[in-house]
Amino acid sequence: MRTLKLRILRGSPTLGRQYQTFTVTLPDEANIIDGVEQIFGHQDHSLMFRHACHHASCGLCGARVNGRERLMCITPVSEFPDGATVTLEPLRNFPWVGDLAVDVKPLLQKMDMVGLPYSREDELADSPEPGNRFEDCIECGLCMSACPVVGSSTKYLGPAPLAGLARLIQEPREVDFSKACALGKSPHGVWRCHSAMECTEVCPSDVDPSQAIGWLRRFYTFKKK
Amino acid sequence: MDNQTTWQKIWAWIDYRGRREGGIGFILMRLTAIGLVVYLLLHLTMLTNLARGPEAWDGFIHLVEHPFFILADAVLIFGLLYHAINGIRVGILGLGWGSRLQAPLFWGAFALTVILTVAAVAAIVSIG
Repeated sequence: MRTLKLRILRGSPTLGRQYQTFTVTLPDEANIIDGVEQIFGHQDHSLMFRHACHHASCGLCGARVNGRERLMCITPVSEFPDGATVTLEPLRNFPWVGDLAVDVKPLLQKMDMVGLPYSREDELADSPEPGNRFEDCIECGLCMSACPVVGSSTKYLGPAPLAGLARLIQEPREVDFSKACALGKSPHGVWRCHSAMECTEVCPSDVDPSQAIGWLRRFYTFKKK
Repeated sequence: MDNQTTWQKIWAWIDYRGRREGGIGFILMRLTAIGLVVYLLLHLTMLTNLARGPEAWDGFIHLVEHPFFILADAVLIFGLLYHAINGIRVGILGLGWGSRLQAPLFWGAFALTVILTVAAVAAIVSIG
């Protein structure tokens, strides 16, 4: 067992912001999300956070752990020494709802704009709307939060949608990608990326958006007219 | 998010919290770019002393012989070299090559910048 002090950014756009520290004791094999749930269950039921699957599949529990974009469900408490203070903050570059919760609608809208036709195979059987999720990407928004260019322009498509667009062009499966393709080379598309590489560094799903953006640049530059 | 102020946008570019090599490299790239633009403006302003005659120019030269300007030269050379060398790194990464090597490439660019800056300052001092 180890004891951690979770210092959480609390509040909302209307209530203001302040840090509140909670002490939690967790098994060594626990993850940060377990600590947050322990606070919600036993200390403060007003704590707002998003979560569902607990195994890096749903992409809901993205937050900044000590400043770094992480999925709380796969951030082991064993990374931190006993008694350490761990700061939890909501993702950057999204509208703040409250506490650790943000509104990821801007990301989902941009994913929609590039018209992704893919599903991961294991979702095809059960999904009511197959074809709504770009393969490995779990739409957690970590890359959008870590990207400094997304932070300076809401119009920039951002890493995850551009990675999806690259995949769409690489394997269109008879989908007309001309509209999405035009979006990708617009002033708010691939040329706006400044290769800060943070998207690839924080991605928990190995999507490697920066490589995909580079591929798109080569595609736009060298493709046969 | 939709109503960002200019200061919020600028802060997003230089928000160093939680950044690793790529993000730090990005911030340094912005800062050195601004530094080089400021230097260029200062350089052109100082050159106007030439139009004000030999005494004005000699006075300016006397001023920049102060050891402080060796330090300023070192900062300028560092900024110039970093911007150029990291620019090559960013160009390679921007075309989708070597994204997994971006961190070692950053440290390589940074180390080369430091080595060349030290060599350049040593040369300036030895000439001095």
